[in-house]
Amino acid sequence: MTGLLVLALYVAAFFGSFVIAKQIFKSAFEKKGFNKLKTVTFGDESAITANRVASVVSVVTVFWLWVAFTNSTIPLPKFPGPFSGDMTFTYTAQLEDGTQDDATVTMRVYREDIQQTVDEEGNPGREPSPAEVELGDGFAKNDSLTVARYGFKVVNVWKNDEVSKKDGSTIVAINGQPIKPGEKISVDEGTLGLTDKGTPTFAPATGFRMARLYLPAPEVVFQRFIWLNKEGYQGFTLIEHTRYSLQRVLLGFLLGALVGVPIGYAMGLTGWARGWFDPIVEFMRPIPPLALIPLIIIWFGIGEVGKVVLLFLAALWIMIIAARSGVSGVAISKVHAAYSLGASKWQILSKVIVPNSLPDIFTGARVAMGVCWGTVVAAELVAANVGLGKMIVTASKFQLTDIIIVGIIVIGVIGFAIEVGMRALENWLIPWKGKV
Amino acid sequence: MSHLSEKGIQVSELLIDNISMRFDLPDGGHVQALKNVTLDIKSGELMSVLGPSGCGKTTLLNIVAGFLAPTEGQIKLNNEVVTGPSPQRGMVFQQGALFEWMNVRDNVSFGPDMKGVSRAESKEKVEHLLEVVGLQDFKEKAIYELSGGMQQRVALARCLANDPDVILMDEPLGALDALTREKMQSLVLDLWKDTGKTIILITHSVEEALLLGERLLVMAPRPGRVHKEYRLPFADLGVGNDLREVKKHKDYAGTREEILEMIWNMEEEIMGRTEESA
Repeated sequence: MTGLLVLALYVAAFFGSFVIAKQIFKSAFEKKGFNKLKTVTFGDESAITANRVASVVSVVTVFWLWVAFTNSTIPLPKFPGPFSGDMTFTYTAQLEDGTQDDATVTMRVYREDIQQTVDEEGNPGREPSPAEVELGDGFAKNDSLTVARYGFKVVNVWKNDEVSKKDGSTIVAINGQPIKPGEKISVDEGTLGLTDKGTPTFAPATGFRMARLYLPAPEVVFQRFIWLNKEGYQGFTLIEHTRYSLQRVLLGFLLGALVGVPIGYAMGLTGWARGWFDPIVEFMRPIPPLALIPLIIIWFGIGEVGKVVLLFLAALWIMIIAARSGVSGVAISKVHAAYSLGASKWQILSKVIVPNSLPDIFTGARVAMGVCWGTVVAAELVAANVGLGKMIVTASKFQLTDIIIVGIIVIGVIGFAIEVGMRALENWLIPWKGKV
Repeated sequence: MSHLSEKGIQVSELLIDNISMRFDLPDGGHVQALKNVTLDIKSGELMSVLGPSGCGKTTLLNIVAGFLAPTEGQIKLNNEVVTGPSPQRGMVFQQGALFEWMNVRDNVSFGPDMKGVSRAESKEKVEHLLEVVGLQDFKEKAIYELSGGMQQRVALARCLANDPDVILMDEPLGALDALTREKMQSLVLDLWKDTGKTIILITHSVEEALLLGERLLVMAPRPGRVHKEYRLPFADLGVGNDLREVKKHKDYAGTREEILEMIWNMEEEIMGRTEESA
């Protein structure tokens, strides 16, 4: 249900913010430059530029949905949260001879993540004790219990009663409302009911917000981010986890490029090399690197060497194919022109084929970096001592969802940074790309 | 054979000696791209080659350049048999043969660079050539920043920087618009006269062949062969003059019609034969 609500809100935000933004940020919706003169833009892809207001609203919307559906302290509009605090309900017990007696149950609902919080003095939070209540009169006595938010409690009301269930005391009404086993009653604070065997139950209302275990609030994740940098997790700070992962990627990628590019050139330049490597490349290329992990672990163990070998293999085939297509992409007229200008074979390679293949090699490098980054995390999930993937998988075993989310965000940001960096490098090194 | 001209300067001669070219097809058949082509091209001649598609003119140029070996016959330049590409025979291609990763000046000095000539030594020549083709202000520009016409000017300068004996042009102006093309035609004529190079120019345009060809070769297809040869006055008239004036010459329109009809008939014949076999 909550999922559908999120989806509906998201779609509404997409269209609603368009209508609103169009009124407020008029300039962002104006066509710029030459596009201003185009009367036809629908279907003309070149006339479409990303509306940056939309990008900002998009990110803000995701953030707001995150706040709105978690128990965040950030002052933004939020959806009804889970019930927290004390509530009471009455039950009516009836004996076999028909005598009835009412008693009150006080339920104290506390934060489910109380143990993960700290007070001002840095002491971890503790579960509260039940409220103090008087027993009251009659054979049914008043009860007091605690239950965590999002929890469920079977209330053994007979524990302090004078007549136990075994001796014929049954619950016939809750809050004065007649009830049979298996039935439920909704109240503001949650759901009351009887089990099939007739024992009262209480489930505090959950509202629309997610429990910390499923989705921690943004500020919780941020605090975890700070904590991970300061204290670290599994013996390494976040920056060290990141550094290890990045180091593996860079080393594996560089080795893959160093070996792959010359092989790719050789395959593009000599029939022997093409014949030799073709079956190997064609066989290895479709194998996902993850499928090699078990073998790599058997051969190289779970240390650095295994990771680097795996990433080397992930990058190798991509770089071979990129370099090879770089060679086949050289216009024959360029090669002919260079030969008739007196170039030797070596000069053809270094002055014509290598520079001409740079755009293809860069495209390959971008793909390879992306694949390597994805593979390293997956490889660390399987087996590692340190690394972002290792951090995530260990955190998942202790249900530390905030660490998992920090890890995911860091992985995403670094992957994005790699892509942006590669593009910048590309624009700097091969300015002629796409302009010929 | 290398011989001395009347003025006593050593000049080069290009001899195309009974060239035949047969391509075998995978289905067992073959294509006779060229059959018994013999030409003797004197030093400093400007020869344009015209013909319908499939007449083997590009194949002929590739053989002269040394990119293809003929199945029969041989090419001799200065009495030496051609076995492969060499800086003696410079090429100018249609487009896209410049090196985008180098600026204009580096493209032009590519030939001297390959020979190991130092930049200091080649500088004067490169600067001069850039001036000749009118690109002295563009030497630091990247290739992709230039218009199509300017790119072809770079290609001409790059070829000349190597000081080749023969310049082979494979539809160098084919991708240019009409106005730029006319300017470039004048440039080619001026360069021809100034440098005295032997030039073989392949073109699809009858007008261009007429204006630029001191000798004009019409080739016929299946098998590729020399159909007819003209000696024309227009190239000499065009040097340093307005080419539109040359087109007013009394023989110009007549020759153009004659060649157009010749090629038209060849195309018709090809079409007819294709329909028969189909």
